[in-house]
Amino acid sequence: MKNYQTIILSNQEIAPGYWRMRILAPGFAAVAHPGQFVMLRPEQPLPTMLRRPFGIFRTGCLPPECSGLPPREYMELLYKVVGQGTRIMSELHAGDRVELLGPLGRGFAVGDNACAKLLVGGGIGLVPLFMLAEALIAAGHRVRLLMGGRTRDDILAVTEFERLGVETYVSTDDGSLGEEGLVTNVLERKLDEAPCAEVFACGPMPMLAAVERICSARNVPLQVSLEAHMACGVGACLGCVVKGAGHSDQRPNYLCTCKEGPVFAAGQLDWGRAAASGEGCAEGGCRQ
Amino acid sequence: MNAKRPNLSVDVAGIRLRNPVMPASGTFGYGEEYAPFVDLNRLGAIVTKGLSLNPKAGNPMPRIAETTSGMLNAIGLQNVGIDAFVAKKCPYYREVATPVFANFFGNTLEEYGEVARRLCDVPEVTALELNISCPNVKQGGIVFGTDPKAAAEVVSLVRKANAKPLIVKLSPNVTDITVIARAVEEAGADAISCINTLTGMAVDIRSRRPKIANRTGGLSGPAIRPVAVRMVHQVVQAVKVPVIGIGGIMTAADALEFLIVGARAVQVGTANFIDPAAMLAIIDGIEAFLAEEGLDDINQLIGSLQV
Ligand SMILES: Cc1cc2nc3c(=O)[nH]c(=O)nc-3n(C[C@H](O)[C@H](O)[C@H](O)COP(=O)(O)OP(=O)(O)OC[C@H]3O[C@@H](n4cnc5c(N)ncnc54)[C@H](O)[C@@H]3O)c2cc1C
Ligand SMILES: Cc1cc2nc3c(=O)[nH]c(=O)nc-3n(C[C@H](O)[C@H](O)[C@H](O)COP(=O)(O)O)c2cc1C
Ligand code: FES
Repeated sequence: MKNYQTIILSNQEIAPGYWRMRILAPGFAAVAHPGQFVMLRPEQPLPTMLRRPFGIFRTGCLPPECSGLPPREYMELLYKVVGQGTRIMSELHAGDRVELLGPLGRGFAVGDNACAKLLVGGGIGLVPLFMLAEALIAAGHRVRLLMGGRTRDDILAVTEFERLGVETYVSTDDGSLGEEGLVTNVLERKLDEAPCAEVFACGPMPMLAAVERICSARNVPLQVSLEAHMACGVGACLGCVVKGAGHSDQRPNYLCTCKEGPVFAAGQLDWGRAAASGEGCAEGGCRQ
Repeated sequence: MNAKRPNLSVDVAGIRLRNPVMPASGTFGYGEEYAPFVDLNRLGAIVTKGLSLNPKAGNPMPRIAETTSGMLNAIGLQNVGIDAFVAKKCPYYREVATPVFANFFGNTLEEYGEVARRLCDVPEVTALELNISCPNVKQGGIVFGTDPKAAAEVVSLVRKANAKPLIVKLSPNVTDITVIARAVEEAGADAISCINTLTGMAVDIRSRRPKIANRTGGLSGPAIRPVAVRMVHQVVQAVKVPVIGIGGIMTAADALEFLIVGARAVQVGTANFIDPAAMLAIIDGIEAFLAEEGLDDINQLIGSLQV
């Protein structure tokens, strides 16, 4: 982990309200694990703005150009404009300076069992699943992505997953793309088909809670990636905690989302309470 | 060109610091969390997260909210507890050649005294920073730091329990901070640090809920700096012991304001979140400023306010 003082290579709107930012980040790919995140801050115009946490969508490398420049390593974010910070980000251009702290946190644990890998993404929650899919495909697994959103505009980057060799299943609440309905319906069907499966999920808290109920009822191992408001991103401020399994007022068990997460095994968390209070997530999809 | 570098070292509570810049409690963890970004050996001191007798779980979520030029926090003083601190966190400080200030608090007089006692034989801890911005649960929750008698009482108790240099950290949520400052000086404080956060509140207008679960929280960051500079100025006038200035310091220029009004050292809090290397830039900036002003010792600048 490192504080990169670097530049934006490109910043484009890929669907209404959703942006993809490519940032120059030499040496980043070699240390970034699927499910980790970064804390980003534009150098201008607000020197006092807290950094914003973002998942790492993917890393890559621009080939040497004709001029013979060395290859340029980058990392990419996909983000949804939801407030002041993300709006300012959407107004940045190639060449603008940003500071990037990362990679941070604990990502997905990729075991070596042969079970079917089901990736469940809700809206912008698909971000951390791309590098996970890359790692699973590289390890020879069959990977399925179940991607849900409210409308077709919330379904992002599916073709990129397909290019990796991932089987994708899209569902939208309004049926404007793929199957009409909830992504959890698709998950139940896929679990019915697979004799043995492992689930990885990221999305709004109500979706994660539903995925957890489905998986625990079937004893299917589940890892989830959570969100929390963060100030430091490195475990120093304790602003980002989430209730862990067995938490009670008498015997509190708070876990640090930035350091012990953002990816947790479902069994580490207190689902009853976390779901009831909508904690760990204020993601676009569930905050309205 | 004069190649000699200006002297940045200052004395606080009988401790020689290599420079006047240190983190503010609760914004730098136990120090180790920031070691990947900050050479801890360049700091004037390390100030720990607030410690209590027993481990403390802290407040429900959400605990933080950004506000204009600042942030609110209601972490609820979550910490590992004094014994775990000594056993698990202190050994790390042996590798660092920077004085460590242990910030601590209690919910009763007895708790304050007991934590101070348990820090007596901990060689890794150079000095104590006593946070008196906490409610006394045995006395209807009155905050120690808002009542001169209660403040003096807890300071003299800690003074007797532990002979290490004692810094007392003041709350700004009082009518007249100089009254408290004089009370804790008289009770035996070797230095005073101020200010802690200002109590504030923010509301999400869509959900109509407070932005942090605790309803109110402590405001920090640049929004509070003018208030902090004013209070440090007043406290410097009121007491003889050294004062450590805290509140909204983001840059060297901000730190210099506090030094000029008379702070012997400064603490940097919220800025660490925004830029983990903020303190290093502040140290370098102070040094550059002294050189520009033709000063060869920072002590020539401290308290040099022209009125
Ligand atoms: C580990 C992690 C990974 C994330 N990955 C992505 C991603 O890949 N793409 C994406 O679009 N978003 C992601 N988010 C959410 C993203 O951080 C927020 O949408 C963003 O901080 C909102 O900032 P804002 O200033 O636009 O919104 P505002 O509502 O104006 O922000 C106000 C404050 O609340 C915080 N905040 C608001 N919403 C969230 C949230 N959902 N999570 C955490 N903090 C929040 C902000 O950081 C800021 O401090 C992630 C969050 C976490 C914790
Ligand atoms: C997240 C957070 C946690 C804090 N925890 C403590 C603490 O445990 N003990 C304490 O004395 N002050 C604590 N403070 C107050 C700071 O030490 C400092 O007094 C205050 O933030 C003002 O400085 P700043 O504006 O530079 O942040 C905390 C502040 C923040 C933002
Ligand atoms: S964001 Fe500061 S501890 Fe997690």
